[in-house]
Amino acid sequence: MNDVRTIPVLQTAKKSRFSLRKKTILSLCFTASFLIIITIVGVLCSDTAVTTDFTQKNFAPSIEHLFGTDWLGRDMLARTLRGLSISIFIGLGASTVSAVIALILGTMAATLGNKVDTVITWLVDLLMGIPHLLLLILISFALGKGTFGVIVAVALSHWPGLTRVLRGEILQIKEEDYVKIAQKMGQSRCKIAIKHIFPHIFPQFIVGLILLFPHAILHEASITFLGFGLPPEQPGIGNILSESMSYLSMGMWWLAVFPGIALLITVILFDSVGSNLRKLIDPFSAQD
Amino acid sequence: MEANKRKEILNIEDLFISFNQYEKGLHRVDINVITNLSVNVMEREIVAIVGSSGSGKSLLAHAVLGLLPKNANVRGRISFRGELLTAKRIGELRGKEICLVPQSVGYLDPLMKVGIQVRHSRDDEETKKRQQQLFDDYALKEGTAELYPFELSGGMARRVLLASALMENPKLIIADEPTPGLDLPLAKKAMADFRDFADKGNGVLLITHDIELALEVADRIAVFYAGTTVEEALVSDFDREETLRHPYTKALWRAFPQHGFRSLDGVQPYVKEMPSGCPFAPRCESVEPACSGEIPLRTVAGGTVRCVRFSDNKGEHGEKGAEENEA
Amino acid sequence: MGLQIGKFIAVNVLKAVLLIIAISIICFILVSASPVDPIRAYVGEVGMANMSQEALQQLNDYFGVNTPFWERYFNWFKDFIRGDMGQSLIYRQPVADVIGVKFMNSMALMLTAWVISGILGFILGIIAGMMRGKWIDKLIKGYSLLLASTPSFWLALIMLMIFAVWLGWFPIGLSVPIGIDAAEVSIFDTLRHLILPALTLSVIGVANIALHTREKVIDVMEEDYVLYARACGESNTQILKHHGLRNILLPAITLQFASFSEIFGGSVLVEQVFSYPGLGNAAVTAGLNGDVPMLLGVAVISAALVFTGNFIANILYGVIDPRIRRSMLHE
Repeated sequence: MNDVRTIPVLQTAKKSRFSLRKKTILSLCFTASFLIIITIVGVLCSDTAVTTDFTQKNFAPSIEHLFGTDWLGRDMLARTLRGLSISIFIGLGASTVSAVIALILGTMAATLGNKVDTVITWLVDLLMGIPHLLLLILISFALGKGTFGVIVAVALSHWPGLTRVLRGEILQIKEEDYVKIAQKMGQSRCKIAIKHIFPHIFPQFIVGLILLFPHAILHEASITFLGFGLPPEQPGIGNILSESMSYLSMGMWWLAVFPGIALLITVILFDSVGSNLRKLIDPFSAQD
Repeated sequence: MEANKRKEILNIEDLFISFNQYEKGLHRVDINVITNLSVNVMEREIVAIVGSSGSGKSLLAHAVLGLLPKNANVRGRISFRGELLTAKRIGELRGKEICLVPQSVGYLDPLMKVGIQVRHSRDDEETKKRQQQLFDDYALKEGTAELYPFELSGGMARRVLLASALMENPKLIIADEPTPGLDLPLAKKAMADFRDFADKGNGVLLITHDIELALEVADRIAVFYAGTTVEEALVSDFDREETLRHPYTKALWRAFPQHGFRSLDGVQPYVKEMPSGCPFAPRCESVEPACSGEIPLRTVAGGTVRCVRFSDNKGEHGEKGAEENEA
Repeated sequence: MGLQIGKFIAVNVLKAVLLIIAISIICFILVSASPVDPIRAYVGEVGMANMSQEALQQLNDYFGVNTPFWERYFNWFKDFIRGDMGQSLIYRQPVADVIGVKFMNSMALMLTAWVISGILGFILGIIAGMMRGKWIDKLIKGYSLLLASTPSFWLALIMLMIFAVWLGWFPIGLSVPIGIDAAEVSIFDTLRHLILPALTLSVIGVANIALHTREKVIDVMEEDYVLYARACGESNTQILKHHGLRNILLPAITLQFASFSEIFGGSVLVEQVFSYPGLGNAAVTAGLNGDVPMLLGVAVISAALVFTGNFIANILYGVIDPRIRRSMLHE
């Protein structure tokens, strides 16, 4: 008599998340391998990127030169790929340093008591008070510009945001029962931090680190563009675009369009790796 | 004759609610939170659904109002004053014929004064008058309308929420745990307000974990266990253990302070590990093999129960006998 | 009540002032650490070679090359409070005068972009949030995610290429046409030079605001009070009108005032591409040419700008949110 089929259906659940999760993993693998390939090809292109050929000057994009050539006859595709790989290396190095600083300061702020917390929070507020780009210019200026300057500037200016996140996360974990029990059992602060806190914030840390990449890459390109970053002989994307400005009025659009799109795509791919990873690690916090 | 014949206001039959959820990895599971639930409310009646905290009974309120989240599956026959409801019809009725009294002041917009919220954002003179009338009825002093939710005391908040539900002259009020955080006199006052409302020819579905409070005010008690109602009993049935039908209800009865305070061992089964058949079987003292099969709902002595001891194959407590009892 | 709000404001001002002083110290340390020699930058290579020992000594004294760090900072700070930010090395004018002009130019640019992107972003964010999952949401979200990853200087380049080079609608650079005295520039000319940079900044700014507003809308729509409003029979539009807007507007306005830092960063790059004579352009020129007083001046002024934004956000929060406003009243 309770035949299930005769009962009216009032609401049906939307079923899309299953495929979404599979899609997430697929796109994660795809984007990650794509980025690795770009980096490797970019390294292989480092010689082609600076080879001049005066018989091939100012060519618009063609089959032979997909991105065209510049006023010195250099192949723009090679220059772009080389530029991307430089950006990725700098981004990788700088954001790792930044994330480690954030991890150390965030943990210190959350575990070493009120005074340390106040100082670190204040420091975060302080650095966030200087417009980010200006801070980059100042640090790079202090170090006499150049490659070293830009790496240090990007590394030293990206930690405040992640520090705030990690600090909040750790403060929350500290309220959890298992940490409180460990404290009651007399485990040392250091041991609690290593055994109970780090494993729980590790996923957050990795996601935060990867999400720093796109910012780092964009900022490196930005200050190189302004003239504070990589030296002009390095084919960084910032330099390529900065040089292209002089040739815009001559109608050489390909000098600006393709390297810019390539940079944009790289940034988006890194961003998607980060957010897809977050979706996998922490499906509840991530929104669609 | 007519006056004695009470009309049915709400009738829920065979309600199923499940959620799509993800476990770790890629595994999607359907979690059944309410299965095979039936309950009804008549005119001038307060029916209490009693179950322990976290047993999912709030979902019942949300289902009747069509407010469940998008990942929910809902099936069931819900009739309101004789009309079988569709999802669309539920949307038309809620807030007008069927109103909700939520658990706490947290259900009010924190950035909006309570007066305008009780008026449901209308500002015409007639609505203002009605809101003022309701505030007067519930002894909410002048100026209450100009307060923000965070400025209300517990007792005021409860009356404001009730006034808000009554604004539209509903036929049915669904009250979801309306008394937590209130001291006993206030809780009793809250219950008296519901009684008044029901006595005017309306219905109240009270969802609570507090069985003693329910016994004081309700006419009938539906006992909720692990996603379903195991028994529906008159309040008077709780006078003696023998008049109760389901072993779980009996166990509840025995846990009352005045009846020996004997608490029941074990816990409710977790929604993902629900046994087939009777969900109470693992904790039941008179469990038998038939308990894991399908158990139909039986009407016994004016109440209903879902237990094999009252199934057809058990001659002594058969359905036929029960119907005779009722007549 | 007046006393409470007065105290609230005073505490906030004090905090901001302390932070700005700390920032000026950091900036001072950074520019002092630079290997760029201010004297060399001031007189140039040829000048260095031709200068007498005596003149060099004078310049050394002027720039305080041999005075200890704290003394130099203190001297700078004393002058700064009096409104004297030193002499710009490349403009050969008092830094305060140069910044005064550039500041107004930048404000015109940033405020235009700030207002346009704020309003547009808010509207788009609400549409996307309310239509979550529909095609229009996907469109707005897609646009925002794309723009949020776009290098602003590249977008500026593309805009310049399309509107100035190809279509010829706007001048390629410079806020004031060359060869015309600044005083003679008509409002129309100024506007013509403002439109492209402001448009670029707005197009970029919209993205972040739309994304934030969208997320906030989604959060608010899952609140208990929205569930209850729905239980009371309110439709989605009514819920948005009655409860959504007031709960979304508060964080949106706060965010908007707290976003001065980002807008400033964007304007530095955009000003550079369009040769727009604003603060950002001045900072870049100063940095590239070792104009330390100028760089320092811009850094402190822009930090003050950021803190003013945060400060206004805090005050607004106190004024708009009844929970804070009334609790001050009752104290």
